[in-house]
Amino acid sequence: MSEIVLEAKNISKKFPGVQALDNVSFKVNRHEIVGLVGENGAGKSTLLKILIGAYQQDEGQLILRGEPVEIRSVKGAYDHGLAMVFQEQSLLPNLTVRENIFLGHEDNFIRFGVINWKLMNQESKRQLDKLGILISPDATFFNLPFAARQMVELARALAIEEVTQHEPIIILDEPTTVLDGDEIELLFSKLKLLKEHASIIFVSHHLEEVMEITDRIYVFKDGKNVSELKTSDTRISQLHQLMVGRELKGEYYRESKQREPEEDVILRVENLTIPNQCKDISFDLHRGEIIAFAGVEGSGREAICRALAGMEKPSQGRVEIEGKQLPFNQPNSSITAGIGYVPQDRGVEGLVLHMNIGANITLPNMKLVTKYGIINHEEEKTLATHWIDRIDIKAPGPDALCLNLSGGNQQKVVLAKWLASKIKVFIMDHPTRGVDVGAKEEVYELIRELSHQGCAFLLIADTLEETIGLSNVIFTIKDGVITNRIDSPKGNKPEQIDLIKHMM
Amino acid sequence: MSASLQMTEKSIKTLRMKKRLFTLGPLIVLILLVFFLAVINPRFVSGVNLANLARQSSILLIIALGQLFIILMGSIDLSVEGSMALSSVIIGLLAANYFNDNNFGLWAVLIAILAGTLMGFINGVIHTKLRIPAFMTTLGMMYVGLGLGTWLSNGMNLPILDEMILSWARGNTLGIPNLTFFGIGIFFIALFIEKFTRLGRYIFAIGGAEANAKLAGIPISKYKIMAFTLAGFFFGVGGVLNSARIGAGTSTAGLNQLFAAITAVVVGGTAMTGGTGGVVQTLIGTLIVTVISNGMVLAGVHSFAQLAVQGIIITVAVILTLDRSKLPFVK
Repeated sequence: MSEIVLEAKNISKKFPGVQALDNVSFKVNRHEIVGLVGENGAGKSTLLKILIGAYQQDEGQLILRGEPVEIRSVKGAYDHGLAMVFQEQSLLPNLTVRENIFLGHEDNFIRFGVINWKLMNQESKRQLDKLGILISPDATFFNLPFAARQMVELARALAIEEVTQHEPIIILDEPTTVLDGDEIELLFSKLKLLKEHASIIFVSHHLEEVMEITDRIYVFKDGKNVSELKTSDTRISQLHQLMVGRELKGEYYRESKQREPEEDVILRVENLTIPNQCKDISFDLHRGEIIAFAGVEGSGREAICRALAGMEKPSQGRVEIEGKQLPFNQPNSSITAGIGYVPQDRGVEGLVLHMNIGANITLPNMKLVTKYGIINHEEEKTLATHWIDRIDIKAPGPDALCLNLSGGNQQKVVLAKWLASKIKVFIMDHPTRGVDVGAKEEVYELIRELSHQGCAFLLIADTLEETIGLSNVIFTIKDGVITNRIDSPKGNKPEQIDLIKHMM
Repeated sequence: MSASLQMTEKSIKTLRMKKRLFTLGPLIVLILLVFFLAVINPRFVSGVNLANLARQSSILLIIALGQLFIILMGSIDLSVEGSMALSSVIIGLLAANYFNDNNFGLWAVLIAILAGTLMGFINGVIHTKLRIPAFMTTLGMMYVGLGLGTWLSNGMNLPILDEMILSWARGNTLGIPNLTFFGIGIFFIALFIEKFTRLGRYIFAIGGAEANAKLAGIPISKYKIMAFTLAGFFFGVGGVLNSARIGAGTSTAGLNQLFAAITAVVVGGTAMTGGTGGVVQTLIGTLIVTVISNGMVLAGVHSFAQLAVQGIIITVAVILTLDRSKLPFVK
């Protein structure tokens, strides 16, 4: 009989107008990996934040190793043996590995106000050894690759054992987002190792990973805990169904609506080279076509997209749009030429969150609503309302601040912004990242519809499945070079393995 | 879309209420202040003192509005006192004055304002093209302005004789101080820029999310330069009007105006981080600052102590207006 180390009983949490968690209960057994899955907004992150003390629950109780506890801060959580490895890596890049591992817990190393670096070195090494990882404790965090940084975060969580004398309970929130295939394998092998003396809560959008690594899975939907499953008895399709509340349609990527591209080339890229990023990239994008770039993070595909958007400066090459040469490194020239960039991070580059929907839509093209340089607010509202109806943005009205929209709807505002500017070529860098399943489908539907109207797309998809499902043509990219061109026609889609061998 | 993320009518209303309260807060403070001062000293609401208040707040309003556009971008313009010094000394030298035979009338006014505008333009160019942080650029330009002003004026006051210019700050029309008309005029210009021009919209976009503004194709540098130039123009106008009020061109025309202007902007509810706030808020902030200093004079508070009080006010205002829960860290 396994022993329960962490139990959350009937947790509820309300935010203004939103019931984020509704009477949720869940358990973590000793030496177990528990998966949490659910769409965005299902309540996973709220629960995690309650566990690490960033929020306090309105109702319900947390029980740790049989004792009811109140967790009021991240430090408090740590003292109870709970630590979180954050989605965006959260340690300090300018400090060394050892300092990061013991950040905030230096007390044990301080004698008369002076830090005993030697001891800290030793202890850091001990944590890294638990992971079987060779990282120098005095390396600067910033200089480590992402995968190694994550290992340091894990080591930091493991230090709980010595600092608090508890077996750690480690929360991993989307840990694989920044990792590539090999690194994910490495992480998983370490997690399996850690299971011997820790309990792990694993949160991921990638259900395959959840299936591979966890022992049990909780499914969240709309703030409720809808199901508890034993991983070995579960199929992915079952998880999909529970998360969405319906079976995922085979038509997920709207393949039947995939069209044959037109003859004429809308965007021609020749020998595009960006120092240290990519080399001699050449391809033609036709009207109505969807080209996907497949490659690991850092393969150079993001740089290509940013260069076309005018955000990165190529050292050589030529880009033509409808036969006219595009000047480099000028975002406004790219937009005028008809290229719209949908960036990965909506909050930072996609929208001005403090401005309303209308102002965001007209931002790249204020001519739409200005006369003699004067803004016509009525016209702006009409325009925004038009796009809200047209692509079904769920918002209270055109003057709602983008801040208050959900991820999927924010993404639609980004698209509306470009649609209003009569963009012909969309460059989409992970357009469905952090968007829930239902909203993803709407984005796919929109992409198909626009391609029928003659828009062309360059796509960096979130998953290989999405890459294959959406595209007409796939370019695999490795180390900044196009390694292969693979057709992906309707009804005869390539297999993931066909892509992977050219990516790795 | 999961239902839990949908905004309900109620949550929208609460958000609106919060927003309104945020804008209304400073207004309530202003009303309470006036009420409080009127009770402890009835002279505060006398016609003479109200005219005084209108006069005192006008120049500060103009300078604060210039500063506002820079703060909205998330920047800061410390050159206020330098720009004002330069424009003041120039009008002292070019309008009819005690020291030389110049008498260029309105041309003197124009050139003085242009000098302030040019200072702003240079601020913008150095900040954007040489990529020097705004606070450093404008701090340097403050001393450039002060130095030039002191040098051109030999460190002396240059009494102005031009009756028209002097009347701007001294006379009344229909019982309202002339200076107030300038304040109102500039207020509406600023309001128009904020609400109805591309520059206004882009200033908010840059302050809200510069990276995104850039991606939207906005030529950031160009609009930053425009904003700094606009601020310089407002400071130039402020310098000219303050010279008219003092009756002389002087390199000290901007004394203490920098701090007062920043206080007015922030007390009104414009965030130092940029992106939120505005012209109307700054009007209210200016009135609060003026009412407090006027009230302190009436209450007989020592002038040095008044500065200390101003310092306390701005700190408290920042504490109240800044939504610090959204700041990842404070530097």
